[in-house]
Amino acid sequence: MARLDPKLLRAAVPALSLALLLVAIFIIQPRTMSYFGLNLMLNLALPIAFATMAQLFILTVNDLDLSIGGFVSMVACIAATWLNETPLLGIAALIASIAAYAALGALIHLRNLPSIVVTLGMSFVWLGCAVLLLPSPGGAAPDWLTAIVKFKMPFVPLAIVASAVLGLVVHFGLMRSAGGVVLRASGGNPQAVAKAGWSLLKLKVTMYALAGTFGVLSGLILVGTTTSADANIALRYTLLSIAGVILGGGEFTGGRVSPIGAVLGALTLALVGSLLSFLRISPEWQIGAQGLMLIVVLALRSLVNRFEERAQ
Amino acid sequence: MTSRLAKFQSIWQSAPYAFAFIGAMVIFAITLIANQGSGAGQIVSAALAFGSFYALVGIGQMFVITSGPGNIDLSVPANIALSGAVAMSIMGGSDAMIPLGLLAALGCGAAIGCVNYALISVLRIPPIIATLSSSFVVQSLAIVYGRGLRITPPPFLAEIATGRVAGIPILSVLVIALAGVMALVLHRSIYGRFLKAIGQNMNAASLAGIRVGLVRFGTYVLCAIFAALCGVLLAAFSGGASLNMGEEYLLASIAVVVIGGTSVAGGFSNVSGIWGAALFLYLLVTMMNTLGVGTGLRQILTGLIIVAVITLAGSRRGVRE
Repeated sequence: MARLDPKLLRAAVPALSLALLLVAIFIIQPRTMSYFGLNLMLNLALPIAFATMAQLFILTVNDLDLSIGGFVSMVACIAATWLNETPLLGIAALIASIAAYAALGALIHLRNLPSIVVTLGMSFVWLGCAVLLLPSPGGAAPDWLTAIVKFKMPFVPLAIVASAVLGLVVHFGLMRSAGGVVLRASGGNPQAVAKAGWSLLKLKVTMYALAGTFGVLSGLILVGTTTSADANIALRYTLLSIAGVILGGGEFTGGRVSPIGAVLGALTLALVGSLLSFLRISPEWQIGAQGLMLIVVLALRSLVNRFEERAQ
Repeated sequence: MTSRLAKFQSIWQSAPYAFAFIGAMVIFAITLIANQGSGAGQIVSAALAFGSFYALVGIGQMFVITSGPGNIDLSVPANIALSGAVAMSIMGGSDAMIPLGLLAALGCGAAIGCVNYALISVLRIPPIIATLSSSFVVQSLAIVYGRGLRITPPPFLAEIATGRVAGIPILSVLVIALAGVMALVLHRSIYGRFLKAIGQNMNAASLAGIRVGLVRFGTYVLCAIFAALCGVLLAAFSGGASLNMGEEYLLASIAVVVIGGTSVAGGFSNVSGIWGAALFLYLLVTMMNTLGVGTGLRQILTGLIIVAVITLAGSRRGVRE
């Protein structure tokens, strides 16, 4: 045990949790071990993975986004109405909403505001916009969007490929590139980054704009899957995305995040629901089981952390 | 412009609670003008009644937020749902069982608080995630326990929750008194001073010999008990417990703390601002209803006002950095 590298252990926890979960699902319901079964289970996990990535960008700079669920809902409503009927207006609205996210980042940085409160307020704003666009559930996804999301890849379901690409792209962008190091450092040690001549404002705006972009992607994929929208469609994403990043090995402070872990965490959270329904656990206990699973994984993590401390 | 902003901020910092009350009064005036001056008494009475629930959860949340950056209790809504259901089912509509039901509900709240702090302290989970995960579990318990529960509250409790004396809701008098007691606890008691010290600088507080763990533990339990009390009263107010009755109180509990002028970074709080903000929030909804603003626009305006308040108030720079 003593020779185990704590860093490796830390990175392995999310992967192991997902693997364990998948094995359990396959054993209980062998039919899921097929193209169709995996596709069905993972389809709704993909937008959660994107929303989790958006949350990861915000957590990297020591902030927290309580509005991502409302934002994804609003994007879904825009996609199911304007983007379908008047594409130009829809595209403009989506770009404007990404700009709004960037502006929020600037506001939070310039006035040194607590992100929790600002995004809490913005969650009302996004939700209000969603309600204005779609007062009752409905709308229709643009055909091209549905076609992309429901595209049948040969051999491997699109959701798996897309998740892998998502994790790898952000991993190389944020963890391996020079720019990514600076972005993470602005969460790890802002003073040092500022002294080294970087503009903290620009870095924070970049992260918020990235979060907005991934939020938009999440909403588009969600509508492509469900083909219609309603104003409350993604509200639970706020909590799921935070939990996903943390499950994936991220920390709340210090720019310590793991993009690949976050994707695994998001998939794990999304699949827990499937496992529970295969186990014939009544839906009432599903949310509780998600909570228990979070606690167990975090307990494991704190063990790993103590292990790390002792190793140092 | 800048100097006016600076002036505004200096007023905010000397009397952070003032703006919530001023805002509430401005909104009240606009509503009255739109109403041509009628219905003032009813609006005030309703604001006091609904504001009581915001104030109850807000006070609990404020104590938690006071204990330092990162501290927050997200289990409030689930706690409200479970405690309300427990109280209603034990009371079974009988006045004689009120003390027992109340005790059970508060005990249930205290247990949730203990679990929250155990997760934070023993498992070293950040408070936001710890209370979030425990709230998932509590939510499930509430769903299973409260399923099909249709028990009306005991008449005496319902009278306390909904009754009025000379137009003033009995509940609001009780909650204002409770707020007064909690203000004393916060500013005058040793516990309150320890709490603020911890919020301002946990390491310094610890080195000064304050038992940080014990104070934080008590604070999470206190917040959970307040949420439980809100659950019981809310169930009594609305004629029985329902599963989603706590939903709006997550955002509301945080919003009243912020609008009330408590520092989100911890260490600086005031109880009176909570009441100002609670009235402000309720009157805001009333005003927009009176002006015929639709649901969507109402939410957008509520959100923008929260963002505007926090932007104008700014944060207390230099306290922790």
